[in-house]
Amino acid sequence: MTTIAADGQILDDHAHDADHKPAFFQRWFMSTNHKDIGTLYLIFAIIAGIIGGAISGMMRMELAEPGIQYLTGWVGAGASMDEALHLWNVLITAHGLIMVFFMVMPAMIGGFGNWFVPLMIGAPDMAFPRMNNISFWLLVPAFLLLLGSAFVPGGTGNGAGTGWTVYAPLATTGSVGPAVDMAILSLHLAGASSILGAINFITTILNMRAPGMTLHKMPLFVWSVLVTAFLLLLALPVLAAAITMLLTDRNFGTTFFDAAGGGDPVLYQHLFWFFGHPEVYIMILPGFGMISHIISTFSRKPIFGYLGMAYAMVAIGVVGFVVWAHHMFTTGMSVNVKMYFTAATMVIAVPTGIKIFSWIATMWGGSMTFKTPMVWALGFIFMFTVGGVTGVVLANGGIDDNLHDTYYVVAHFHYVLSLGAVFSIFAGFYYWFPKMSGRHYSELLGQLHFWTFFIGVNILFFPMHFLGNQSMPRRYPDYPEQFAYWNEIASLGYVVMAVGVLIFFVNIAWAMVAGRKAEANYWGEGATTLEWTLSSPPPFHQFETLPQIK
Amino acid sequence: MSHAQTRDMSTKNLRIAAMAGAMGIAMLGMGYAAVPLYEIFCRVTGYGGTTQRVDAAQAATVQATSRVMSVRFDSNVNSALPWAFKPENPVDRVSVGARDMAIYIATNKSDQPVVGTATFNVTPVQAGKYFHKVQCFCFTEQLLEPGQTMRMPVLYYVDPAIMDDPETRDIEEITLSYTFYRSKDGIAVDPATGES
Repeated sequence: MTTIAADGQILDDHAHDADHKPAFFQRWFMSTNHKDIGTLYLIFAIIAGIIGGAISGMMRMELAEPGIQYLTGWVGAGASMDEALHLWNVLITAHGLIMVFFMVMPAMIGGFGNWFVPLMIGAPDMAFPRMNNISFWLLVPAFLLLLGSAFVPGGTGNGAGTGWTVYAPLATTGSVGPAVDMAILSLHLAGASSILGAINFITTILNMRAPGMTLHKMPLFVWSVLVTAFLLLLALPVLAAAITMLLTDRNFGTTFFDAAGGGDPVLYQHLFWFFGHPEVYIMILPGFGMISHIISTFSRKPIFGYLGMAYAMVAIGVVGFVVWAHHMFTTGMSVNVKMYFTAATMVIAVPTGIKIFSWIATMWGGSMTFKTPMVWALGFIFMFTVGGVTGVVLANGGIDDNLHDTYYVVAHFHYVLSLGAVFSIFAGFYYWFPKMSGRHYSELLGQLHFWTFFIGVNILFFPMHFLGNQSMPRRYPDYPEQFAYWNEIASLGYVVMAVGVLIFFVNIAWAMVAGRKAEANYWGEGATTLEWTLSSPPPFHQFETLPQIK
Repeated sequence: MSHAQTRDMSTKNLRIAAMAGAMGIAMLGMGYAAVPLYEIFCRVTGYGGTTQRVDAAQAATVQATSRVMSVRFDSNVNSALPWAFKPENPVDRVSVGARDMAIYIATNKSDQPVVGTATFNVTPVQAGKYFHKVQCFCFTEQLLEPGQTMRMPVLYYVDPAIMDDPETRDIEEITLSYTFYRSKDGIAVDPATGES
């Protein structure tokens, strides 16, 4: 024992060289360093975002005018119309699953969470560095399974065409072939990855805060990740149960969701949305955390109502678990059930409102500068408020009867996710990119990226409110002439947005090649959390001596 | 950090992780527990138009009232089941509280014996908890020999309490719907609910 301990001591001494990095393969493929794993997550999210974004480009191309223009050609020569229409279902399914599970979640939780939670709480690393590695590497086969499913039979044609919700019976008796099984297994792996990640975050945050950092002194981003981790831990296993039942219904003759054997397909919807609704908060809460830091930094003021902000997120997380059936208003509920779910859903507007108003109050009287991260954060507040307002409209069971499954819903959730979550991701990216890479990006390109993207997505998604109010249903590749005008404009908006994304990549490339070296705290006095006390990029191992929080 | 501190930390880490893991596993269990719980919930509350089952003794205590409503009979057959299935009369006028017998007629159109099982509900779905069945072909699986035609009775009544519930008192017509499926091999159907 003594010898081993002595050996351990020597190894430890070796590791005290804070900037000693392992060789390439070891560093990136067997990584146990939270910053490297965070970087891997961010790269993964960017790749998935390109694929998911390209798919939405195909969709906007097809939707640019009435009729079926491209789908038949994309399936290949000799394809039937049914196969072409199935391809459409595959595209919407892939777009949804990729953006939710392989872009937003990895970027927010895996990327920024891994990078900055340990830094902000003054911890040397995550609690379970090797489990962290497993979390990331589970995501890669999950993504490959989902992409691979597009090339195997899934019923009418190749690929899983079930929608991201994978409703039974379409996903059971309605989709014969291995594609849906592969998609389900992909969700299993992605879910396992997130659950392990959540356990890691909860342990790290609860147990590894620097001396003096009480829960009520914890930065809001850490709060947001803590709440998110609990949501993941409580919601994802329910999804896992539901999709496992789908899998056994499909392959092993069980009838959980099959009426012929006494099951009920509506039960699947309940299970799915019990997961699905917390999931939408999982996608936005870390964004809330990042926005709080950014607004505070660029107003040079501490965040207004810190405790209110923290507990608003807790409240959103808790109430988020008891509103799921507002996704199912059209499944035949009694008036009382509808009233409950309407009221409970609207209650969420209260903590969300607290957050919006506290951000505004933080800026009030502040010494504001409008650097790239700040304009993204302001864009986020504007977009999220628009999406929140349409959310209150949709929360009404009576109105939802008319708007259910129309483009109004598509507009709503893209305003909160595509424009809310994605804007906060970009805000966080610009806020921390010099910290992570050690190099400054071009402020001009950052601003240009923002304005192009902001204008593009609004032209893309705002008309969808009109289309939805005119009852254009979602999930169809074709539509009557009357919807042509706004659809064409939406597709043009996509092009503008795509140009914005292009500027983003040019900016990253520019920063890597010609970017100015970043100092430790390049935002100045407004940036007060612990990551700004470290160099940019931070040393490979940080906080060998734990910082003391007063 | 000293080694003792590190060891202390990792024990605490493991304890928190174990608690978090237990929460995850508990939620997985909840996901599965939802299946029987949902079934019980539907049966007790009549959620989703699930009808109630009563025995003859309970049914005998109910008095017919002067309120008359229509009960419409709907029939569906899953495409995998080679049966014809129709109600004898599409609609009955019944007094609330009075027992009524409806007849469905099923014919096996194939040249093989086939076992079928029916699922059921009523619309408006709020009427589910007031729609009581004393006897129903849907309580058990039905075997039809090749070409055989069978008359299948449903003995039911509408609970007079339907007139006191603000959600249901304006209902003037209830539709009772059945869908026949080919019975799944090896799956026992619970006679109480028609669910497995």
